[in-house]
Amino acid sequence: MLNLYTRRRITNALSLGISVLAMLFGLFWLGWILWTLLEHGLPGLGAHVFTQTTPAPGSSGGLINAIFGSVIMTSVAVLIGTPIGILAGTYLAEFGQRGWLAPLTRFINDILLSAPSIVIGLFVYEVYVVKVGHFAGWGGALALSIIVIPVVIRTTENMLRLVPNSLREAAAAIGAPQWKIISFVTLRAARAGILTGILLAIARISGETAPLLFTSLNNQFWSSDMNQPMANLPVVIFQFAMSPYEDWHSLAWAGALLITLSVLTLNIVARVMFRQKSNSQ
Amino acid sequence: MTAEQIISAPKLIVRGLNFYYGADRALKDINLVIPEKMVTAFIGPSGCGKSTLLRTFNRMYELYPKQRAEGEILLDGQNLLDKKQDLNNLRAKIGMVFQKPTPFPMSIYDNIAFGVKLYENLSKHDMDERVEWALKKAALWTEVKDKLKQSGTGLSGGQQQRLCIARAIAVKPQVLLLDEPTSALDPISTAHIEKLIDELKKDFTIVIVTHNMQQAARVSDFTAYMYLGDLIEFGDTSTVFTNPKRKETEDYITGRFG
Repeated sequence: MLNLYTRRRITNALSLGISVLAMLFGLFWLGWILWTLLEHGLPGLGAHVFTQTTPAPGSSGGLINAIFGSVIMTSVAVLIGTPIGILAGTYLAEFGQRGWLAPLTRFINDILLSAPSIVIGLFVYEVYVVKVGHFAGWGGALALSIIVIPVVIRTTENMLRLVPNSLREAAAAIGAPQWKIISFVTLRAARAGILTGILLAIARISGETAPLLFTSLNNQFWSSDMNQPMANLPVVIFQFAMSPYEDWHSLAWAGALLITLSVLTLNIVARVMFRQKSNSQ
Repeated sequence: MTAEQIISAPKLIVRGLNFYYGADRALKDINLVIPEKMVTAFIGPSGCGKSTLLRTFNRMYELYPKQRAEGEILLDGQNLLDKKQDLNNLRAKIGMVFQKPTPFPMSIYDNIAFGVKLYENLSKHDMDERVEWALKKAALWTEVKDKLKQSGTGLSGGQQQRLCIARAIAVKPQVLLLDEPTSALDPISTAHIEKLIDELKKDFTIVIVTHNMQQAARVSDFTAYMYLGDLIEFGDTSTVFTNPKRKETEDYITGRFG
């Protein structure tokens, strides 16, 4: 019979070992994905990617129209989704103590947060694309904004809840009306966290393919008209990767690498900002 | 002799005050007089209702849906628990400083200007003067005068608390409520604040909640001892500490209980 202390040490070493193995297992796949992306994507990543539009089979071309379309639709989605998300999140955190509306909203938001993006694509297809009669960039932006909203609502609410109540009390004690407490004190105290949430929402939508398939579809040519089908990286990657052409494959890899790198950059920026926030408090 | 007779210039008069957290009765029929331009301390063990009582004076409890107060609290003869009493006006007259320093996430200057702007429309020059006045009153001016544009959250704990005091007095209230203002501070910062309280009572009526009996003895003119929602004893501090009328007070003060 081992003594208690030795048994504890063994249990400790065992659980630590299993945890480390689990972490290495996860990291291994992530590393492999990144390595494959770099291996196939880097050779295809030249200046032409950023200067030429998507090519017809057999001719040379780049991804500039798809990059532009992705940036535009993501930006519009964020512009639509962020104000709604922040306002709704503020409602939930600051006014949602009483009544039935806030718990219900929170519940629906949680469902929306985990809704499959293809369902959102189909929804926008039904209510927008069918009505206007053609695929269009606005539809893509709309579908993406529906994905942005619940993410921003959730992070805004969580970040506002992290603001200590004593700060609200202090602002109330000086006689500030509630709208001033919220806009000048609590939202300001939570702004780094809310900004992080927005960045994470951007990261989330920048790789979404399904909602765009049914809404903006794709466009082989340069188009900045949001009322027309619009090229975007995820759908281009999807189409090019499925094609039999070697040069399309290489562009698809380059596009995949671009998305991954921008999401990685956004995540790092978000983390750095969050760290600055926790340092300053 | 009742407390009302001892005190010639009452600032706040509490009559038949009951307070409820939902169904729990946290204050039981409190009657009390807070004298003007003096320091009154509330002492008692945790959960005795001293903070609850303090928070009725500026109706802080109204932030929370299940809390309510019944009875009367007269400020210069007007019942401040009256729903018709404008809450923001009331809070302009009664400032509060909390246990943990609560600087707003803005510059030192704006921390103080924030409250002033709620009530007064001052020119840039007048606002500058007001900020300086408040910071000087709170004995913080010399430490921050060169960094007014820096964030208030970057100050040390003791400085943050003095910033909060400056912020409260910048509005020029009549009463200052201090809810355990030094319990999160080191001894030197505590000494700073206590000295400050002594200065401030020339201009303001001060009510302080404290866990620290020595502090109550040091800074206050009057002391109220509370236990389980009852006001057990109220009188001038030296009497309460040296010759308490009630056995419970004596037990608490001498450390046999609490």
